[in-house]
Amino acid sequence: METIENMANTEVQFSEQALNKVKEIIHRYPEGKQKSALIPILHLAQDQFGGWLDVPVMDYVAGLLQIKPIEVYEVATFYTMFNTKPVGKYVFEVCKTGPCMLNGSDDIIKYIEEKLGIKPGETTADGLFTLKPAECLGACGYAPMMQLGKFYKEHLTREKVDQIIEQCRAGKMELN
Amino acid sequence: MKLLLENAHIEGIRYYDAYRKHGGYRSVEKALKMTPDEIVDEVKKSGLRGRGGAGFPTGLKWSFLAKPEGVPRHLVCNADESEPGTFKDRYLMEFLPHLLIEGLIVSSFALGSNATYIYIRGEYAWIPDILERAIQEAKNNGFLGKNILGTGFDLEIYVHRGAGAYICGEETALIESLEGKRGNPRIKPPFPAVQGVWMRPTVVNNVETLAAIVPIINMGGEAYGNIGVGKSTGTKLISACGNLNKPGVYEIPFDLSVEDFIYSDEWCGGIPNGKRLKACIPGGSSVPIVPANLLTKTAKGETRYMNYESLSDGGFQTGTMLGSGGFIVLDEDQCVVKHTMTLAHFYMHESCGQCSPCREGTGWMWRILKNIEYGKGKMEDIDLLWDVQRRIEGNTICPLGDAAAWPVAAAIRHFRDEFEWHVLNPDEAQVRNYGLAHYADRREIPAL
Repeated sequence: METIENMANTEVQFSEQALNKVKEIIHRYPEGKQKSALIPILHLAQDQFGGWLDVPVMDYVAGLLQIKPIEVYEVATFYTMFNTKPVGKYVFEVCKTGPCMLNGSDDIIKYIEEKLGIKPGETTADGLFTLKPAECLGACGYAPMMQLGKFYKEHLTREKVDQIIEQCRAGKMELN
Repeated sequence: MKLLLENAHIEGIRYYDAYRKHGGYRSVEKALKMTPDEIVDEVKKSGLRGRGGAGFPTGLKWSFLAKPEGVPRHLVCNADESEPGTFKDRYLMEFLPHLLIEGLIVSSFALGSNATYIYIRGEYAWIPDILERAIQEAKNNGFLGKNILGTGFDLEIYVHRGAGAYICGEETALIESLEGKRGNPRIKPPFPAVQGVWMRPTVVNNVETLAAIVPIINMGGEAYGNIGVGKSTGTKLISACGNLNKPGVYEIPFDLSVEDFIYSDEWCGGIPNGKRLKACIPGGSSVPIVPANLLTKTAKGETRYMNYESLSDGGFQTGTMLGSGGFIVLDEDQCVVKHTMTLAHFYMHESCGQCSPCREGTGWMWRILKNIEYGKGKMEDIDLLWDVQRRIEGNTICPLGDAAAWPVAAAIRHFRDEFEWHVLNPDEAQVRNYGLAHYADRREIPAL
């Protein structure tokens, strides 16, 4: 099993700031129950290592928490928010469940497909955008909507989608 | 009468100073002078029912908590709000975070939890910052941390982010997830009240339920219990969505009629563009869809009200459920088959995969529905769909199987003619919707 000591030489390494956060998170749970910190730490890892969880990253997290790598893989593949393949810089997670569908999410998804020339699940050639239709995100009263980074973009229209894409291309979109 | 959102409009209420100035944290001062058992009694007297969807009496749930000597106990707040149509807890946490923290302090004291966790769905990624700030403010003012208000009671509240799994709203799946595992529900017993998180006695309550503890302590359980109708006591947050002029989060009295809630300008303000009401799912996507005629009136012709008993009048044959309060309205131009198909896809995606009836059945239902919706359905598919949902219901470890089966069953029960129309008119079904069903001459209702 990998341990913190023999992981030290790999290229995957949290920043000092992130490592402090890791310690703070582990401290929230009873002693010996550090595995509870897994999901919060995978969020940190995904944020720091390019928006997805590569195998070396998951192994690194396993080492930090002193659990087996398989315990990390099974969690990373279970939860929708963790990407186990590379994604674009801006991931458009457009909700398509019932209430959003009633308010035209189909049209929004189709418009994004046409505008960016990608199908659901694909990333643009420039690596900027990924379209990832999502299940209910809890914004049903403000439909249609999408998640972009940490935030929700609600009451979407074609015009609003245009603006969002422009802002992303100009590097002015806040993700965190 | 508003018990939760009364101060929601006040500027700065998200922060401690304004919240405290308007009566915040009074319930903590009051409760910490009581004994834990006295608090549980007040909650029992209030008749409060779990606001997450199941409606189980909260006081009774609390009284099940095992208290073995020397074993820590935990309160876990279920903020994994993921039921389609439901976004009320988000509103509470985003705009009144201190109300939740206040409810958590009182409840933790009553249950003897010194470390309480808020399990929040991962997608609500900006809300942990709001909650953590509120926690810090409460701590700075002596309501959290060591020796709260000099009583010797210690409490830490931690926010734990999930990562996108509807199933983690089920309490044992939530507990597994909090332990850093896949969200696979556990077989009960043992119940969480005996062996929950880290095998310690645990109570899991919904955000709105825990917020409601504040008015219960402030006004007394009996006074709270006197508000409402029958076993629906207090008030309920409803998140209204779908085809409505004013969708949003409303705190409703339980004697409000469904018709008033939809059409009155004080509430949802009717349906956009003067369209007619076709159907409604009043309690989150898992509860049965009902056609307009059975929504505003019961099968006996009585007015239907927004409360647990009235909405479930008639059982699943002609009634539905209040559930989580995720109120989804479909206007006359909406397609029930398509709507049901999106819900079936949701449940297929969210099934944890442990039990074969749910893992296989949810996908099967979605594929049949997709065929019917896209003009490739056969008449016998409708009966097959009925058969599949019937074989899922009641045959799984957790209620996700039921939750996936019920919407499909209700859609066939009430809108069978619309399914048949899709099969008979595959080309037409691609270009237009069925419109309003012939409610008056509904086919014979198939037995469950």
